[in-house]
Amino acid sequence: MSKNTEHECDGISVGLVEKKLYTFAEPPNELTLASGARLGPISVAYETMGTLNDDKSNVILIAHALSGDSHVAGYYSAADPKPGWWNTMVGPGKGIDTDRYFVICSNVLGSCMGTTGPSSTNPATGRPYGLDFPMVTIGDMVKVQKALLDHLGIGKLLAVIGGSIGGMQVLEWAISYPETITAAILLATTTRHSALAIAFNEIGRQAIMSDPNFNKGDYYSGPKPDLGLALARMVGHVTYLSDEVMRSKFGRRLQDRDNLAFDFEANFQVESYLRHQGSKFVQRFDANSFLYITKAADYFDVGQQHGNDSEVEAFAKVKAKILVISFTSDWLYPTYQSRDMVNAMKKNGLDVSFCEIEAKCGHDAFLLPNERQSTLINRFLDRVSEEEKHDAL
Amino acid sequence: MRYDLQIIASWIEPGSKVLDLGCGEGDLLGFLKKEKRVKGTGIESSEAKVTKCIEKGVQVLQGDITEEVHDYPDNSFDYVILSQTLQQVLEPDQLIKDLLRVGKKIIVSFPNFCYWSIRMQILFFGYAPKNRQLPYEWYNTPNIRIITIKDFRRFVRETGCEVIKEVDINTHSDDLQGKIINFLPNLRATYGIFMVSRRKSYP
Repeated sequence: MSKNTEHECDGISVGLVEKKLYTFAEPPNELTLASGARLGPISVAYETMGTLNDDKSNVILIAHALSGDSHVAGYYSAADPKPGWWNTMVGPGKGIDTDRYFVICSNVLGSCMGTTGPSSTNPATGRPYGLDFPMVTIGDMVKVQKALLDHLGIGKLLAVIGGSIGGMQVLEWAISYPETITAAILLATTTRHSALAIAFNEIGRQAIMSDPNFNKGDYYSGPKPDLGLALARMVGHVTYLSDEVMRSKFGRRLQDRDNLAFDFEANFQVESYLRHQGSKFVQRFDANSFLYITKAADYFDVGQQHGNDSEVEAFAKVKAKILVISFTSDWLYPTYQSRDMVNAMKKNGLDVSFCEIEAKCGHDAFLLPNERQSTLINRFLDRVSEEEKHDAL
Repeated sequence: MRYDLQIIASWIEPGSKVLDLGCGEGDLLGFLKKEKRVKGTGIESSEAKVTKCIEKGVQVLQGDITEEVHDYPDNSFDYVILSQTLQQVLEPDQLIKDLLRVGKKIIVSFPNFCYWSIRMQILFFGYAPKNRQLPYEWYNTPNIRIITIKDFRRFVRETGCEVIKEVDINTHSDDLQGKIINFLPNLRATYGIFMVSRRKSYP
Protein backbone atom coordinates (compact mmCIF):
# COMPACT_ATOMS: atom_id res chain seq x y z
CA MET A 1 0.00 0.00 0.00
CA SER A 2 2.83 2.40 0.57
CA LYS A 3 4.55 3.93 -2.33
CA ASN A 4 8.09 2.85 -1.81
CA THR A 5 10.64 4.96 -3.53
CA GLU A 6 13.48 4.59 -1.11
CA HIS A 7 14.92 1.28 -2.14
CA GLU A 8 17.97 1.05 -4.31
CA CYS A 9 17.34 1.07 -8.01
CA ASP A 10 19.23 -1.25 -10.28
CA GLY A 11 19.90 1.39 -12.91
CA ILE A 12 17.87 -0.39 -15.58
CA SER A 13 14.79 1.53 -16.57
CA VAL A 14 12.15 1.75 -19.24
CA GLY A 15 13.35 5.33 -19.76
CA LEU A 16 11.16 8.36 -20.24
CA VAL A 17 7.42 8.03 -19.77
CA GLU A 18 4.64 10.52 -20.14
CA LYS A 19 1.51 10.96 -18.07
CA LYS A 20 -1.50 11.22 -20.38
CA LEU A 21 -5.10 12.12 -19.72
CA TYR A 22 -8.30 10.67 -21.13
CA THR A 23 -11.62 12.35 -20.36
CA PHE A 24 -15.00 10.71 -20.82
CA ALA A 25 -18.48 10.49 -19.27
CA GLU A 26 -19.20 14.08 -20.24
CA PRO A 27 -22.68 15.16 -19.15
CA PRO A 28 -25.30 14.04 -19.95
CA ASN A 29 -23.52 10.69 -20.38
CA GLU A 30 -22.17 10.45 -16.85
CA LEU A 31 -20.94 7.13 -15.46
CA THR A 32 -23.39 5.45 -13.10
CA LEU A 33 -21.53 4.28 -10.02
CA ALA A 34 -22.27 1.26 -7.81
CA SER A 35 -23.95 3.59 -5.32
CA GLY A 36 -26.35 4.77 -8.03
CA ALA A 37 -24.76 8.23 -8.14
CA ARG A 38 -23.76 9.63 -11.52
CA LEU A 39 -20.31 11.10 -12.10
CA GLY A 40 -18.94 13.00 -15.05
CA PRO A 41 -16.88 14.16 -16.67
CA ILE A 42 -14.18 11.72 -15.55
CA SER A 43 -10.53 12.16 -16.39
CA VAL A 44 -8.11 9.24 -16.13
CA ALA A 45 -4.37 9.74 -15.81
CA TYR A 46 -2.41 6.89 -17.36
CA GLU A 47 1.03 5.94 -18.60
CA THR A 48 2.12 3.30 -21.06
CA MET A 49 5.43 1.51 -21.53
CA GLY A 50 6.71 -0.90 -24.14
CA THR A 51 5.29 -1.46 -27.61
CA LEU A 52 1.84 -2.69 -28.51
CA ASN A 53 2.19 -5.62 -30.92
CA ASP A 54 0.24 -5.96 -34.17
CA ASP A 55 -2.52 -8.20 -32.86
CA LYS A 56 -2.66 -6.29 -29.54
CA SER A 57 -2.06 -9.50 -27.62
CA ASN A 58 0.73 -8.28 -25.32
CA VAL A 59 -1.12 -5.85 -23.08
CA ILE A 60 -0.64 -5.91 -19.32
CA LEU A 61 -2.60 -3.66 -16.99
CA ILE A 62 -1.06 -2.83 -13.62
CA ALA A 63 -3.40 -1.74 -10.83
CA HIS A 64 -1.86 0.37 -8.08
CA ALA A 65 -2.62 0.38 -4.37
CA LEU A 66 -3.88 3.07 -1.97
CA SER A 67 -1.33 5.80 -2.45
CA GLY A 68 0.15 4.84 -5.82
CA ASP A 69 -0.36 6.48 -9.16
CA SER A 70 -0.02 5.90 -12.89
CA HIS A 71 3.75 6.40 -12.67
CA VAL A 72 4.65 2.73 -12.29
CA ALA A 73 8.13 2.85 -13.84
CA GLY A 74 10.58 5.05 -15.71
CA TYR A 75 11.23 8.78 -15.41
CA TYR A 76 9.34 11.89 -16.47
CA SER A 77 12.48 13.73 -17.54
CA ALA A 78 16.23 13.35 -17.65
CA ALA A 79 16.44 15.47 -14.51
CA ASP A 80 13.78 13.43 -12.66
CA PRO A 81 15.52 12.04 -9.54
CA LYS A 82 13.01 9.27 -8.81
CA PRO A 83 11.67 6.50 -11.01
CA GLY A 84 8.09 5.19 -10.77
CA TRP A 85 6.91 3.18 -7.77
CA TRP A 86 7.52 -0.31 -9.21
CA ASN A 87 10.60 0.39 -11.27
CA THR A 88 12.30 -2.71 -9.86
CA MET A 89 9.56 -4.92 -11.34
CA VAL A 90 8.64 -3.15 -14.56
CA GLY A 91 11.25 -2.49 -17.23
CA PRO A 92 13.41 -4.08 -19.91
CA GLY A 93 14.26 -7.68 -18.94
CA LYS A 94 12.54 -7.33 -15.57
CA GLY A 95 9.74 -9.38 -13.98
CA ILE A 96 7.25 -7.52 -16.14
CA ASP A 97 9.37 -7.15 -19.24
CA THR A 98 8.67 -3.98 -21.23
CA ASP A 99 10.69 -5.40 -24.13
CA ARG A 100 7.91 -7.94 -24.58
CA TYR A 101 4.77 -6.45 -23.11
CA PHE A 102 2.83 -3.25 -23.55
CA VAL A 103 2.23 -2.09 -19.98
CA ILE A 104 -0.55 0.29 -18.95
CA CYS A 105 -1.01 1.79 -15.52
CA SER A 106 -3.74 4.28 -14.67
CA ASN A 107 -4.50 6.27 -11.54
CA VAL A 108 -7.62 5.02 -9.73
CA LEU A 109 -10.93 6.86 -9.54
CA GLY A 110 -11.08 8.90 -6.33
CA SER A 111 -7.35 9.46 -6.18
CA CYS A 112 -5.52 12.76 -6.51
CA MET A 113 -2.76 11.94 -8.98
CA GLY A 114 -4.50 13.06 -12.14
CA THR A 115 -7.66 10.98 -12.19
CA THR A 116 -10.92 12.56 -11.07
CA GLY A 117 -11.33 12.52 -7.31
CA PRO A 118 -12.57 14.65 -4.42
CA SER A 119 -9.95 17.33 -5.13
CA SER A 120 -11.16 17.74 -8.73
CA THR A 121 -13.47 20.57 -9.72
CA ASN A 122 -17.16 19.81 -9.36
CA PRO A 123 -18.73 21.08 -12.60
CA ALA A 124 -21.93 21.89 -10.69
CA THR A 125 -20.23 24.38 -8.37
CA GLY A 126 -16.95 25.26 -10.03
CA ARG A 127 -15.22 24.33 -6.75
CA PRO A 128 -13.47 21.12 -5.60
CA TYR A 129 -15.90 18.31 -4.81
CA GLY A 130 -14.67 17.64 -1.29
CA LEU A 131 -17.16 15.34 0.43
CA ASP A 132 -19.72 16.00 -2.33
CA PHE A 133 -17.71 13.55 -4.37
CA PRO A 134 -19.76 10.35 -4.58
CA MET A 135 -18.55 7.20 -2.79
CA VAL A 136 -16.66 5.02 -5.23
CA THR A 137 -16.07 1.26 -5.14
CA ILE A 138 -13.32 -1.01 -6.42
CA GLY A 139 -15.85 -1.97 -9.13
CA ASP A 140 -16.19 1.70 -10.14
CA MET A 141 -12.40 2.01 -10.38
CA VAL A 142 -12.31 -0.99 -12.69
CA LYS A 143 -15.16 0.38 -14.83
CA VAL A 144 -13.07 3.49 -15.40
CA GLN A 145 -10.05 1.38 -16.37
CA LYS A 146 -12.25 -0.53 -18.81
CA ALA A 147 -13.42 2.74 -20.37
CA LEU A 148 -9.78 3.77 -20.82
CA LEU A 149 -8.92 0.48 -22.55
CA ASP A 150 -11.93 0.81 -24.83
CA HIS A 151 -10.70 4.28 -25.72
CA LEU A 152 -7.24 2.88 -26.48
CA GLY A 153 -8.81 0.22 -28.70
CA ILE A 154 -7.64 -2.65 -26.51
CA GLY A 155 -10.16 -5.47 -26.30
CA LYS A 156 -8.10 -8.12 -24.56
CA LEU A 157 -5.61 -8.07 -21.69
CA LEU A 158 -2.91 -10.69 -21.42
CA ALA A 159 -2.78 -10.01 -17.69
CA VAL A 160 -3.95 -7.71 -14.95
CA ILE A 161 -1.50 -7.44 -12.07
CA GLY A 162 -1.82 -5.75 -8.72
CA GLY A 163 -0.92 -5.91 -5.04
CA SER A 164 -2.98 -4.96 -2.00
CA ILE A 165 -5.88 -2.71 -3.13
CA GLY A 166 -4.46 -3.19 -6.63
CA GLY A 167 -5.08 -6.91 -6.15
CA MET A 168 -8.72 -6.17 -5.33
CA GLN A 169 -9.01 -4.46 -8.70
CA VAL A 170 -7.49 -7.54 -10.34
CA LEU A 171 -10.14 -9.73 -8.66
CA GLU A 172 -12.83 -7.35 -9.85
CA TRP A 173 -11.46 -7.56 -13.41
CA ALA A 174 -11.39 -11.36 -13.33
CA ILE A 175 -15.00 -11.54 -12.16
CA SER A 176 -16.59 -8.63 -14.06
CA TYR A 177 -14.76 -9.03 -17.37
CA PRO A 178 -13.94 -12.75 -17.60
CA GLU A 179 -13.69 -12.66 -21.40
CA THR A 180 -11.31 -9.71 -21.41
CA ILE A 181 -8.45 -11.01 -19.30
CA THR A 182 -6.30 -14.06 -19.90
CA ALA A 183 -4.40 -14.01 -16.63
CA ALA A 184 -4.71 -12.45 -13.19
CA ILE A 185 -1.77 -11.95 -10.83
CA LEU A 186 -2.75 -11.23 -7.23
CA LEU A 187 -0.09 -10.06 -4.79
CA ALA A 188 -0.52 -9.64 -1.03
CA THR A 189 -4.24 -9.13 -1.38
CA THR A 190 -7.60 -10.27 -0.09
CA THR A 191 -11.17 -10.87 -1.23
CA ARG A 192 -12.36 -8.70 1.66
CA HIS A 193 -10.87 -6.73 4.51
CA SER A 194 -10.70 -8.32 7.92
CA ALA A 195 -11.95 -6.40 10.94
CA LEU A 196 -8.29 -5.65 11.66
CA ALA A 197 -7.74 -4.01 8.28
CA ILE A 198 -10.97 -2.00 8.55
CA ALA A 199 -9.98 -0.94 12.07
CA PHE A 200 -6.67 0.55 10.97
CA ASN A 201 -8.33 2.33 8.05
CA GLU A 202 -10.94 3.77 10.41
CA ILE A 203 -8.22 5.08 12.74
CA GLY A 204 -6.66 6.80 9.74
CA ARG A 205 -9.95 8.30 8.63
CA GLN A 206 -10.79 9.50 12.14
CA ALA A 207 -7.37 11.13 12.39
CA ILE A 208 -8.15 13.10 9.21
CA MET A 209 -11.73 13.96 10.05
CA SER A 210 -10.87 15.16 13.55
CA ASP A 211 -8.14 17.49 12.28
CA PRO A 212 -9.25 21.09 13.04
CA ASN A 213 -8.49 22.01 9.42
CA PHE A 214 -10.68 19.29 7.96
CA ASN A 215 -13.76 21.53 7.69
CA LYS A 216 -16.01 18.69 6.49
CA GLY A 217 -13.67 18.02 3.61
CA ASP A 218 -13.90 21.58 2.29
CA TYR A 219 -10.34 22.67 2.97
CA TYR A 220 -8.95 23.31 -0.51
CA SER A 221 -8.93 27.10 -0.20
CA GLY A 222 -7.36 27.15 3.25
CA PRO A 223 -4.99 25.19 5.49
CA LYS A 224 -5.19 21.43 4.93
CA PRO A 225 -5.71 18.68 7.51
CA ASP A 226 -2.04 17.79 7.30
CA LEU A 227 -1.69 16.61 10.90
CA GLY A 228 -4.56 14.18 10.50
CA LEU A 229 -3.33 12.87 7.17
CA ALA A 230 0.22 12.49 8.49
CA LEU A 231 -1.11 10.56 11.48
CA ALA A 232 -3.20 8.36 9.15
CA ARG A 233 -0.08 7.64 7.15
CA MET A 234 1.93 6.80 10.28
CA VAL A 235 -0.66 4.26 11.37
CA GLY A 236 -0.90 2.86 7.87
CA HIS A 237 2.83 2.59 7.55
CA VAL A 238 3.12 0.47 10.69
CA THR A 239 0.61 -1.98 9.21
CA TYR A 240 2.76 -2.32 6.07
CA LEU A 241 5.82 -3.34 8.10
CA SER A 242 6.39 -6.25 10.45
CA ASP A 243 7.73 -6.75 13.95
CA GLU A 244 10.80 -8.38 12.49
CA VAL A 245 11.67 -5.64 10.02
CA MET A 246 11.02 -2.93 12.62
CA ARG A 247 13.31 -4.68 15.07
CA SER A 248 16.12 -4.92 12.55
CA LYS A 249 15.55 -1.48 11.02
CA PHE A 250 15.06 0.52 14.24
CA GLY A 251 15.12 -1.61 17.35
CA ARG A 252 15.16 0.78 20.29
CA ARG A 253 17.88 2.91 18.75
CA LEU A 254 17.73 6.61 19.56
CA GLN A 255 17.58 9.38 17.00
CA ASP A 256 20.52 11.85 17.03
CA ARG A 257 21.11 11.41 20.76
CA ASP A 258 22.81 9.12 23.24
CA ASN A 259 20.31 9.30 26.08
CA LEU A 260 16.58 9.59 26.50
CA ALA A 261 15.55 13.24 26.40
CA PHE A 262 12.66 12.98 28.86
CA ASP A 263 10.40 14.90 26.52
CA PHE A 264 7.87 14.18 23.77
CA GLU A 265 10.13 14.85 20.84
CA ALA A 266 11.06 11.91 18.63
CA ASN A 267 13.57 10.16 20.88
CA PHE A 268 13.50 6.82 19.10
CA GLN A 269 14.47 6.30 15.50
CA VAL A 270 11.14 4.65 14.78
CA GLU A 271 9.31 7.78 15.95
CA SER A 272 11.44 9.98 13.77
CA TYR A 273 10.96 7.68 10.80
CA LEU A 274 7.19 7.66 11.11
CA ARG A 275 7.04 11.44 11.47
CA HIS A 276 9.15 11.74 8.35
CA GLN A 277 6.88 9.35 6.44
CA GLY A 278 3.83 11.31 7.61
CA SER A 279 5.14 14.74 6.63
CA LYS A 280 6.42 13.47 3.27
CA PHE A 281 3.03 11.98 2.50
CA VAL A 282 1.01 15.16 3.06
CA GLN A 283 3.02 16.91 0.37
CA ARG A 284 1.80 14.54 -2.30
CA PHE A 285 -1.52 13.13 -1.19
CA ASP A 286 -4.99 14.51 -0.60
CA ALA A 287 -6.72 13.69 2.70
CA ASN A 288 -10.14 13.26 1.06
CA SER A 289 -8.70 10.78 -1.43
CA PHE A 290 -7.36 8.80 1.52
CA LEU A 291 -10.89 8.70 2.97
CA TYR A 292 -12.51 7.62 -0.30
CA ILE A 293 -10.01 4.96 -1.34
CA THR A 294 -9.76 3.34 2.09
CA LYS A 295 -13.57 3.23 2.24
CA ALA A 296 -13.72 1.61 -1.20
CA ALA A 297 -11.25 -1.03 0.02
CA ASP A 298 -13.26 -1.63 3.22
CA TYR A 299 -16.49 -2.01 1.23
CA PHE A 300 -14.91 -4.52 -1.17
CA ASP A 301 -16.26 -8.02 -0.60
CA VAL A 302 -16.07 -10.48 -3.48
CA GLY A 303 -18.56 -12.98 -2.08
CA GLN A 304 -21.12 -10.40 -1.02
CA GLN A 305 -20.87 -8.32 -4.18
CA HIS A 306 -20.60 -11.06 -6.77
CA GLY A 307 -21.75 -14.36 -5.30
CA ASN A 308 -24.72 -14.07 -2.89
CA ASP A 309 -22.27 -14.16 0.03
CA SER A 310 -20.34 -17.06 -1.48
CA GLU A 311 -16.85 -16.61 -2.84
CA VAL A 312 -17.14 -19.96 -4.57
CA GLU A 313 -20.15 -18.67 -6.47
CA ALA A 314 -18.41 -15.35 -7.18
CA PHE A 315 -15.43 -17.08 -8.79
CA ALA A 316 -17.66 -19.29 -10.94
CA LYS A 317 -17.60 -16.56 -13.60
CA VAL A 318 -13.82 -16.39 -13.75
CA LYS A 319 -11.95 -17.73 -16.77
CA ALA A 320 -8.49 -16.25 -16.20
CA LYS A 321 -5.44 -18.27 -15.24
CA ILE A 322 -4.46 -17.07 -11.81
CA LEU A 323 -1.27 -16.62 -9.82
CA VAL A 324 -1.66 -15.78 -6.13
CA ILE A 325 1.34 -14.70 -4.06
CA SER A 326 1.36 -13.96 -0.33
CA PHE A 327 4.18 -13.06 2.05
CA THR A 328 4.94 -14.78 5.34
CA SER A 329 5.22 -11.61 7.44
CA ASP A 330 2.20 -9.77 5.96
CA TRP A 331 -0.15 -9.37 8.92
CA LEU A 332 -2.44 -6.88 7.18
CA TYR A 333 -3.48 -9.38 4.48
CA PRO A 334 -2.16 -12.60 6.00
CA THR A 335 -1.54 -15.77 4.01
CA TYR A 336 -4.71 -17.43 5.31
CA GLN A 337 -6.71 -14.89 3.30
CA SER A 338 -4.86 -15.81 0.12
CA ARG A 339 -5.43 -19.49 0.90
CA ASP A 340 -9.17 -18.93 1.39
CA MET A 341 -9.28 -17.21 -1.99
CA VAL A 342 -7.34 -20.05 -3.61
CA ASN A 343 -9.70 -22.60 -2.04
CA ALA A 344 -12.74 -20.89 -3.53
CA MET A 345 -10.95 -20.88 -6.90
CA LYS A 346 -10.07 -24.59 -6.58
CA LYS A 347 -13.71 -25.43 -5.94
CA ASN A 348 -14.43 -23.90 -9.34
CA GLY A 349 -11.71 -25.91 -11.05
CA LEU A 350 -9.86 -22.73 -11.98
CA ASP A 351 -6.29 -22.76 -13.24
CA VAL A 352 -4.67 -21.31 -10.13
CA SER A 353 -1.14 -21.35 -8.75
CA PHE A 354 -0.21 -20.17 -5.29
CA CYS A 355 3.10 -19.38 -3.62
CA GLU A 356 3.82 -17.99 -0.16
CA ILE A 357 7.10 -16.11 -0.29
CA GLU A 358 9.28 -16.03 2.81
CA ALA A 359 9.81 -12.32 3.44
CA LYS A 360 10.41 -10.29 6.57
CA CYS A 361 9.21 -6.91 5.33
CA GLY A 362 5.49 -7.36 5.98
CA HIS A 363 2.78 -6.22 3.60
CA ASP A 364 5.22 -3.89 1.82
CA ALA A 365 7.17 -6.93 0.55
CA PHE A 366 5.35 -6.98 -2.78
CA LEU A 367 6.67 -3.49 -3.59
CA LEU A 368 10.27 -4.21 -2.66
CA PRO A 369 12.84 -5.80 -4.95
CA ASN A 370 12.34 -9.55 -4.60
CA GLU A 371 14.04 -11.97 -6.93
CA ARG A 372 11.55 -14.73 -6.25
CA GLN A 373 8.49 -12.58 -6.88
CA SER A 374 10.01 -11.26 -10.13
CA THR A 375 10.81 -14.79 -11.30
CA LEU A 376 7.35 -16.10 -10.46
CA ILE A 377 5.61 -13.26 -12.29
CA ASN A 378 7.98 -13.37 -15.25
CA ARG A 379 7.69 -17.10 -15.81
CA PHE A 380 3.96 -17.19 -15.18
CA LEU A 381 3.53 -14.52 -17.87
CA ASP A 382 5.80 -16.58 -20.15
CA ARG A 383 3.57 -19.58 -19.72
CA VAL A 384 0.34 -17.68 -20.21
CA SER A 385 1.51 -15.91 -23.35
CA GLU A 386 2.88 -19.17 -24.81
CA GLU A 387 -0.37 -21.00 -24.13
CA GLU A 388 -2.29 -18.08 -25.60
CA LYS A 389 -0.26 -18.26 -28.80
CA HIS A 390 -0.70 -22.02 -28.89
CA ASP A 391 -4.47 -21.75 -28.44
CA ALA A 392 -4.67 -19.15 -31.20
CA LEU A 393 -3.13 -21.55 -33.74
CA MET B 1 12.90 -38.12 -15.03
CA ARG B 2 12.99 -40.56 -12.13
CA TYR B 3 12.34 -44.18 -13.17
CA ASP B 4 9.15 -44.60 -11.12
CA LEU B 5 7.80 -41.37 -12.61
CA GLN B 6 8.50 -42.69 -16.12
CA ILE B 7 6.33 -45.70 -15.39
CA ILE B 8 3.60 -43.52 -13.87
CA ALA B 9 3.72 -41.21 -16.90
CA SER B 10 3.23 -44.19 -19.21
CA TRP B 11 -0.04 -45.01 -17.41
CA ILE B 12 -1.64 -41.57 -17.93
CA GLU B 13 -4.12 -41.19 -20.80
CA PRO B 14 -3.44 -38.16 -23.02
CA GLY B 15 -5.58 -35.12 -22.32
CA SER B 16 -6.60 -36.23 -18.84
CA LYS B 17 -6.76 -34.19 -15.63
CA VAL B 18 -4.05 -34.98 -13.10
CA LEU B 19 -3.31 -33.96 -9.52
CA ASP B 20 0.26 -34.63 -8.35
CA LEU B 21 0.65 -34.51 -4.57
CA GLY B 22 4.14 -33.65 -3.44
CA CYS B 23 5.04 -32.77 -7.02
CA GLY B 24 8.56 -31.54 -6.23
CA GLU B 25 9.98 -29.42 -9.00
CA GLY B 26 7.20 -30.44 -11.39
CA ASP B 27 9.19 -32.90 -13.55
CA LEU B 28 6.30 -35.31 -14.03
CA LEU B 29 3.64 -32.65 -14.60
CA GLY B 30 5.90 -30.72 -16.97
CA PHE B 31 6.45 -33.90 -18.97
CA LEU B 32 2.76 -34.83 -19.00
CA LYS B 33 1.74 -31.34 -20.05
CA LYS B 34 4.19 -31.29 -22.93
CA GLU B 35 3.94 -34.88 -24.14
CA LYS B 36 0.35 -35.79 -23.30
CA ARG B 37 -1.47 -32.45 -23.20
CA VAL B 38 -2.47 -33.24 -19.64
CA LYS B 39 -4.15 -30.57 -17.54
CA GLY B 40 -2.24 -30.96 -14.32
CA THR B 41 -1.96 -29.37 -10.89
CA GLY B 42 0.73 -29.99 -8.34
CA ILE B 43 0.79 -29.52 -4.60
CA GLU B 44 4.14 -28.90 -2.96
CA SER B 45 5.12 -27.54 0.44
CA SER B 46 8.49 -26.04 -0.43
CA GLU B 47 8.54 -22.45 -1.70
CA ALA B 48 11.72 -23.10 -3.72
CA LYS B 49 10.22 -26.15 -5.45
CA VAL B 50 6.97 -24.30 -6.12
CA THR B 51 9.01 -21.63 -7.88
CA LYS B 52 10.71 -24.31 -9.99
CA CYS B 53 7.30 -25.66 -10.99
CA ILE B 54 6.11 -22.23 -12.11
CA GLU B 55 9.36 -21.74 -14.01
CA LYS B 56 8.51 -24.92 -15.90
CA GLY B 57 5.02 -23.62 -16.68
CA VAL B 58 3.43 -26.09 -14.27
CA GLN B 59 0.32 -25.11 -12.31
CA VAL B 60 1.07 -25.57 -8.61
CA LEU B 61 -0.23 -24.73 -5.14
CA GLN B 62 2.04 -24.32 -2.17
CA GLY B 63 0.62 -26.22 0.77
CA ASP B 64 0.25 -29.39 2.77
CA ILE B 65 -1.06 -32.31 0.73
CA THR B 66 -3.38 -33.65 3.41
CA GLU B 67 -5.07 -30.24 3.74
CA GLU B 68 -5.07 -29.07 0.14
CA VAL B 69 -6.80 -32.19 -1.13
CA HIS B 70 -9.94 -31.37 0.88
CA ASP B 71 -10.92 -28.36 -1.18
CA TYR B 72 -11.51 -30.18 -4.45
CA PRO B 73 -14.98 -31.37 -5.42
CA ASP B 74 -15.54 -35.14 -5.91
CA ASN B 75 -14.04 -36.66 -9.06
CA SER B 76 -12.14 -33.48 -9.96
CA PHE B 77 -9.32 -35.47 -11.52
CA ASP B 78 -8.84 -38.50 -13.74
CA TYR B 79 -5.69 -39.40 -11.83
CA VAL B 80 -4.29 -38.41 -8.46
CA ILE B 81 -0.61 -39.24 -8.05
CA LEU B 82 1.17 -39.78 -4.75
CA SER B 83 4.73 -40.79 -5.50
CA GLN B 84 7.21 -41.78 -2.78
CA THR B 85 5.23 -39.90 -0.15
CA LEU B 86 2.77 -42.38 1.40
CA GLN B 87 5.42 -43.64 3.85
CA GLN B 88 5.71 -40.10 5.27
CA VAL B 89 2.02 -39.52 5.90
CA LEU B 90 0.58 -39.51 9.41
CA GLU B 91 -2.81 -40.92 8.44
CA PRO B 92 -2.34 -42.85 5.20
CA ASP B 93 -5.76 -44.51 5.29
CA GLN B 94 -7.54 -41.17 5.55
CA LEU B 95 -5.37 -39.66 2.82
CA ILE B 96 -6.02 -42.54 0.41
CA LYS B 97 -9.72 -42.18 1.10
CA ASP B 98 -9.51 -38.45 0.31
CA LEU B 99 -7.55 -39.16 -2.87
CA LEU B 100 -10.16 -41.68 -4.02
CA ARG B 101 -12.81 -39.05 -3.49
CA VAL B 102 -11.18 -36.35 -5.68
CA GLY B 103 -9.68 -38.71 -8.25
CA LYS B 104 -11.28 -41.39 -10.37
CA LYS B 105 -8.04 -43.34 -10.21
CA ILE B 106 -5.10 -42.92 -7.89
CA ILE B 107 -1.50 -43.86 -8.51
CA VAL B 108 0.64 -44.54 -5.45
CA SER B 109 4.32 -45.42 -5.28
CA PHE B 110 6.28 -46.21 -2.11
CA PRO B 111 9.53 -47.85 -1.00
CA ASN B 112 9.12 -51.52 -0.17
CA PHE B 113 10.25 -52.21 3.41
CA CYS B 114 10.46 -55.92 2.72
CA TYR B 115 13.21 -55.62 0.15
CA TRP B 116 15.67 -58.43 0.81
CA SER B 117 18.58 -56.28 1.94
CA ILE B 118 16.38 -54.57 4.51
CA ARG B 119 15.30 -57.98 5.82
CA MET B 120 18.96 -59.00 6.00
CA GLN B 121 19.96 -55.90 7.90
CA ILE B 122 17.35 -56.54 10.56
CA LEU B 123 18.07 -60.26 10.70
CA PHE B 124 21.85 -60.10 10.85
CA PHE B 125 22.71 -56.71 12.31
CA GLY B 126 19.71 -55.91 14.51
CA TYR B 127 19.60 -52.21 13.60
CA ALA B 128 16.82 -50.22 11.95
CA PRO B 129 17.54 -50.56 8.23
CA LYS B 130 19.33 -47.92 6.19
CA ASN B 131 19.92 -47.97 2.46
CA ARG B 132 19.77 -45.67 -0.55
CA GLN B 133 15.98 -45.64 -0.53
CA LEU B 134 15.82 -45.15 3.22
CA PRO B 135 18.96 -43.19 4.09
CA TYR B 136 17.87 -41.94 7.51
CA GLU B 137 18.45 -42.90 11.12
CA TRP B 138 15.47 -44.03 13.19
CA TYR B 139 15.43 -40.68 15.01
CA ASN B 140 15.41 -38.37 11.99
CA THR B 141 13.60 -40.31 9.32
CA PRO B 142 10.56 -38.72 7.70
CA ASN B 143 9.49 -42.25 6.73
CA ILE B 144 7.18 -43.01 9.61
CA ARG B 145 5.14 -45.74 7.91
CA ILE B 146 6.50 -49.22 7.29
CA ILE B 147 4.83 -50.37 4.06
CA THR B 148 5.47 -53.49 2.04
CA ILE B 149 4.08 -54.46 -1.33
CA LYS B 150 2.00 -57.21 0.27
CA ASP B 151 0.72 -54.82 2.94
CA PHE B 152 -0.46 -52.40 0.32
CA ARG B 153 -2.24 -55.07 -1.69
CA ARG B 154 -4.05 -56.20 1.44
CA PHE B 155 -4.89 -52.61 2.37
CA VAL B 156 -6.46 -52.01 -1.03
CA ARG B 157 -8.49 -55.21 -0.77
CA GLU B 158 -9.71 -54.43 2.74
CA THR B 159 -10.76 -50.90 1.90
CA GLY B 160 -13.03 -52.19 -0.84
CA CYS B 161 -10.95 -50.84 -3.68
CA GLU B 162 -9.27 -52.59 -6.52
CA VAL B 163 -5.80 -52.60 -7.98
CA ILE B 164 -6.02 -51.78 -11.68
CA LYS B 165 -2.30 -51.92 -12.30
CA GLU B 166 0.75 -52.91 -10.31
CA VAL B 167 4.36 -52.65 -11.31
CA ASP B 168 7.14 -53.40 -8.88
CA ILE B 169 10.56 -52.05 -9.69
CA ASN B 170 14.13 -52.21 -8.61
CA THR B 171 15.65 -48.75 -8.74
CA HIS B 172 17.29 -46.28 -6.39
CA SER B 173 15.56 -43.24 -5.03
CA ASP B 174 16.52 -40.69 -7.69
CA ASP B 175 17.72 -42.99 -10.45
CA LEU B 176 16.64 -42.50 -14.02
CA GLN B 177 16.89 -46.21 -14.70
CA GLY B 178 15.67 -49.40 -13.12
CA LYS B 179 14.02 -52.67 -13.94
CA ILE B 180 10.62 -54.22 -13.51
CA ILE B 181 10.48 -57.14 -11.06
CA ASN B 182 7.90 -59.82 -11.80
CA PHE B 183 9.30 -62.70 -9.73
CA LEU B 184 9.02 -62.39 -5.94
CA PRO B 185 8.52 -58.61 -5.96
CA ASN B 186 8.00 -58.27 -2.21
CA LEU B 187 11.53 -59.61 -1.79
CA ARG B 188 13.25 -58.20 -4.84
CA ALA B 189 11.63 -54.83 -5.60
CA THR B 190 12.68 -51.57 -3.96
CA TYR B 191 9.46 -49.78 -4.93
CA GLY B 192 5.86 -50.69 -5.60
CA ILE B 193 3.69 -48.66 -7.96
CA PHE B 194 -0.07 -49.16 -7.89
CA MET B 195 -3.01 -47.78 -9.76
CA VAL B 196 -6.11 -48.09 -7.61
CA SER B 197 -9.76 -47.23 -8.10
CA ARG B 198 -12.93 -47.45 -6.10
CA ARG B 199 -15.15 -50.42 -6.65
CA LYS B 200 -18.69 -49.57 -7.66
CA SER B 201 -19.85 -50.51 -4.17
CA TYR B 202 -17.28 -48.22 -2.54
CA PRO B 203 -19.05 -46.05 0.07
